[in-house]
Parts: sequence; C-alpha cells; structure tokens
Amino acid sequence: MSTLVIAEHDNASLNPATLNTVAAAQALGADIDILVAGAGCGGAASAAQAVAGVRKVLCADNAAYEHQLAENVSLLIAELGADYDNILAPATTSGKNTMPRVAALLDVAQISDIISVESADTFKRPIYAGNVIATVQSSDAKKVITVRTTAFDGVAAEGGSAELVAVDAVHDAGISSFVGQEIAVSDRPELTAAPVVISGGRGMQNGDNFKLLEGIADKLGAAIGASRAAVDAGFVPNDMQVGQTGKIVAPELYIAVGISGAIQHLAGMKDSKVIVAINKDEDAPIFQVADYGLVADLFEALPEIESKL
Amino acid sequence: MKVLVAVKRVVDYNVKVRAKADGSDVDLNNVKMSINPFCEIAVEEAVRLKEAGTATEVVAVSVGDKSCQEQIRTALALGADRGIQVETEGSVEPLEIAKLLKGIVERESPDLVILGKQSIDGDNNQTGQMLGALAGMPQGTFASEVKIEDGKLNVTREVDGGLQTVSLNMPAIVTTDLRLNEPRYASLPNIMKAKKKPLDVVSPADLGVDLASHLTLLKVEPPPERSAGIKVESVDELIDKLKNEAKVI
Ligand SMILES: Cc1cc2nc3c(=O)[nH]c(=O)nc-3n(C[C@H](O)[C@H](O)[C@H](O)COP(=O)(O)OP(=O)(O)OC[C@H]3O[C@@H](n4cnc5c(N)ncnc54)[C@H](O)[C@@H]3O)c2cc1C
Ligand SMILES: Nc1ncnc2c1ncn2[C@@H]1O[C@H](COP(=O)(O)O)[C@@H](O)[C@H]1O
Repeated sequence: MSTLVIAEHDNASLNPATLNTVAAAQALGADIDILVAGAGCGGAASAAQAVAGVRKVLCADNAAYEHQLAENVSLLIAELGADYDNILAPATTSGKNTMPRVAALLDVAQISDIISVESADTFKRPIYAGNVIATVQSSDAKKVITVRTTAFDGVAAEGGSAELVAVDAVHDAGISSFVGQEIAVSDRPELTAAPVVISGGRGMQNGDNFKLLEGIADKLGAAIGASRAAVDAGFVPNDMQVGQTGKIVAPELYIAVGISGAIQHLAGMKDSKVIVAINKDEDAPIFQVADYGLVADLFEALPEIESKL
Repeated sequence: MKVLVAVKRVVDYNVKVRAKADGSDVDLNNVKMSINPFCEIAVEEAVRLKEAGTATEVVAVSVGDKSCQEQIRTALALGADRGIQVETEGSVEPLEIAKLLKGIVERESPDLVILGKQSIDGDNNQTGQMLGALAGMPQGTFASEVKIEDGKLNVTREVDGGLQTVSLNMPAIVTTDLRLNEPRYASLPNIMKAKKKPLDVVSPADLGVDLASHLTLLKVEPPPERSAGIKVESVDELIDKLKNEAKVI
C-alpha cells in the first residue's frame, strides 16, 4: 500500500498545508511519497525530503509545471498515480483546481475536504456548510482525496531524510497558459495557519476601518480575515474571506467583529478553539457560537482593546 | 458563440439543514429548494455575454429528476434561450454528472461551458474540473472576471494568495466565484416568457452513459456542539477572560 501526497509549494519552499496532508496520509497507514511538481522547484523538493515520515520525494521539474496549471499537472499526477493506492492533496485552491481532473482521468470519485480517516476506505467530511458531517465509504480501488488542513495537525517539517527521485515525464497539454498574478504580501501569519485570527464584517463600514483591526492583530500576532459581505463590498481582497466558500480557519482564538454569523461564515470558523464576537446587536447569531460575546459598538471597543492589550 | 450553463437544484442557502433522526441522510422534507447560487452567477455571466453580442445562444442544462425543470425554468427566465434536462433518479455523483455533461457537450459543441465552483449542498467543488478532464478542455476555476480576447478566454481566478489570470484555448470551462457578477432578479414577464421556451429531456442512455456509483453514504450526523458561551460586560472583562480563563492571549 502506498500514498502519494501532492505538495503545495511556491517552487522555493513548502507550504505548511503539505504537512497537514502528510498527517492525513499517515492515518491511512501506507508508505508515503511526496510529489513536488514545479519549475526550479529544487528548494521545495529538499524541504519535502526533510518532512518526517516520508519515503520518497518525486521531483518533476519542468517549465510546464511552473504555475501549477491544472491541465498539465493533472496529467502528470494521473500517470504517477498508477502506482499508488491513495492520492492526497490539501483542499487549497490549488488542490481543488487540480485533483478533480486527476480523479476523472483515473475514472474514480474524488472525496473532497476530509476531516478524518475512519479506515482505509471510509472518511468523514462536512456537507451543507458544515451543518452535517457525512461518513462516506469509497468502493474505488484508488482514492483521490483532498484534505481539510485544519482537521489534521501537521507532521514535523524536519527530521526526515526521504530519497529524492527525479521524474522526467513532461505533460504539456498546450491548452492553457499563465498570464499573471496579484499575490497579497503581508508580514502577518498566513490566515489558515495563524494561531489568532481577527475578522471584520460589513459592520466595519469601509476598508480604511480595517486599520482598527491591524493594531490589535499586531499585538496578538494575528492574521486578519473578513466575511463575504466585507469582500463583496470591496473593503478587503478576496483572499481574506473566511467561510463555506472561502478559507477554513481553526485558530486558538478567533475574534469576529461586526459579523452577524451567517451559516456560511460559521462554516469557516466554528472549529476555532475560542471564539470572541463583538457586535452591537445583542441578538446577532454569532453570539450563539461565541465563548465570549461583547455587545458593543466596534468603533468604541476596538481602540479600547488595542490600548489595553 | 454558444454558451452552455450547468445549473443544479439545491436546498436554499437560507435553510439550516439537519440530519434525520436515524442518521441515514439529511432531512429535506418540505425545505425550500433553489438554483445553486454559484449556478445563478453562471447563468448571469452567460446572459451578459449574450447581451454584449459575444454569445449567440445560451443553453441551460440540469441533471436530476423532473423537479429540476423548475431550476431550468429559472435559468430561462434569467435569459437562457433553451433548456435540457438529463433525467436521473436519486443522487448522482459528481464524476457521473461530469460524464453526462460531457455527453451534452458532444451534442451541443459549445464554445464555453460555465458551471458553479461548488454546489452548496454537497460542497464538492469537482464537476467543472472533471468535465474539463473528460472533454479535454482547459478550465478557469473560481473565476472573478472572464474576457474573450483574440479567440482566447482570459480568466481571473480567486486563489488562496490573491488573484491569478490564465489564458485558455476555446472551447473552455469556467467555474464561477462570488465576485464574478451580481445576478439579476427574473422579472414577471420574463418568468412568463420562460414557460414557452424549449426544454428537452434526455436520458443518460441517450448520451451513452451508464451511471455508476463509487461512494456509499454510511451516515450523517450533526457536527460537535459548541458549549454555550457568556456575554462579557466590558473590554476589561473580555481581556481578563482571554488571559486568565481561556489563556489564549
Ligand atoms: C453561496 C454563498 C456563499 C457564501 N459564502 C460565504 C463565505 O464563505 N463567508 C462568509 O462570510 N459569508 C458567505 N456568504 C454570505 C453570508 O450568507 C452572509 O451574507 C455574510 O456572511 C454576511 O456578512 P456580515 O456578517 O459581515 O454582514 P451582515 O450580515 O450585514 O452583518 C453585519 C453585522 O455587523 C454588526 N454591526 C454593524 N455596525 C456595527 C458596529 N458599529 N459595531 C458593532 N457591530 C456592528 C451588525 O449588528 C451585524 O450583525 C455566502 C452566501 C452565499 C449565498
Ligand atoms: N445535477 C447537476 N446538474 C447540473 N449541473 C450540476 C449538477 N451538479 C453539479 N453541477 C454543476 O457543477 C457545479 C459544481 O458542483 P459540485 O462539483 O457538485 O460542487 C455546480 O455549480 C453546477 O454548475
């Protein structure tokens, strides 16, 4: 039995989501190899070699894989996947983009966003915005799976010494190309991995007011998130959206400010360890999931919190 | 240019779905059903392409039992020209839906297929990508902007790090994200007109697809409950609780 984990990386380094995915792979009990597909991705491959508990790192270094175009990478994974019983990727936008193509090429189902491994063929996953948890059993010989990273504690990034294997296969479907990207740069911790997250909603009124969250985030070492309403209104960019159809977070502390608590938002944060809600409406549904609720005007509460931290 | 739009009938997004007492499935008795919100965005995008003179025909397809004709009619009321129902019973897995849609793609030869990024019931986020692989078409998933330039489709995608733009050969697949557009409401006259628009019904056999099942739903259960919290009276109390009770700051 063996499992192939698809690395999430930027060619130079490994994204921590890979470590959570290896943890899910360990629960399957088979030998674990990691695939690093990219261009000039030696840095990411050597980081993958150091990951605890990994047997081999397959490194496919070719211009065709530079930007993780799903049309190309899925062909590579489907070919390599012939030798594996399980193929796992994190349920990031990259994993979600590529893995269903892999599943279709292999003529198997994809099991999306698993939160636990019950046995080699049985998994739990949230459906209906996390209002229910489904247990599903796969009858496919090969399992193609995406992993909800917040549900698995990452394995150690150091301590392993996996063998490095170069993969020569080049798959360039020639039907898509990369044009450009606008990637947010921030000194703050990454939203999905931060120990503290403070999110603003429509109650913030505009993008400028998110500065009120920044001062607190600086003091707490927090990442900043947002509700869909705040993103749709153009207060902040899309990569900050937390929820059913945005990012899933589960920090030690989640602070929701001016967010009502729609089920689609709760789906993205209700597994946080401690939840704080600040809202001027004492009946806001967010208070039903909050460990500590503060009924207050955020424009008064936030400066006070910042000064007292 | 012909645009094919895939629409799914799902539980309305306002409904808080619960598991049945015996845990065999979710309880969908008497709940409001709607067109999947991401599919609504897909229809809107197709209709805008037609209004801009870029598209000449918009075809809406749904896979499901007879009740999904309601959602096809919604798409027609929003501006699609004709509908196709692929008649199936019970729940059909994304891979099988993708195979059926591939059958429709072969019949209709659209230049562009627009789907939602995710259905809000199963939260799968698979069908568009699977269709892409089966039909050998490129994909622009999680799209927030779609432009046709020199015969190529330029798609701006919402990704974890921000935005990415890709250029795709056509025919191509797009899956919609929330910021692609804001769907219109169907007007009463358009709802009336939609009743007269053509709606064909085809079977999986007509499309040469033999439906298979890969997954068994063993049970559904509610997620772990959060224990009830408290309201604090002041910022001082909040900071004190976080420091000394929860010990998270
Ligand atoms: C298909 C689909 C997918 C979706 N996906 C997501 C998702 O991934 N993530 C997500 O978040 N939403 C998502 N939504 C949207 C969701 O349904 C809600 O509309 C959204 O979460 C509301 O955002 P909000 O709480 O910021 O705004 P509102 O619901 O408008 O709430 C604003 C809150 O701010 C409070 N407030 C206002 N002023 C102040 C003040 N001065 N001080 C204190 N409090 C104040 C108000 O009392 C109110 O409770 C989705 C919806 C659909 C249909
Ligand atoms: N039964 C269906 N009929 C038509 N389109 C569907 C169906 N199921 C899924 N789709 C399309 O695929 C998208 C993604 O669905 P999913 O992969 O289930 O999350 C939906 O938004 C639809 O556009």
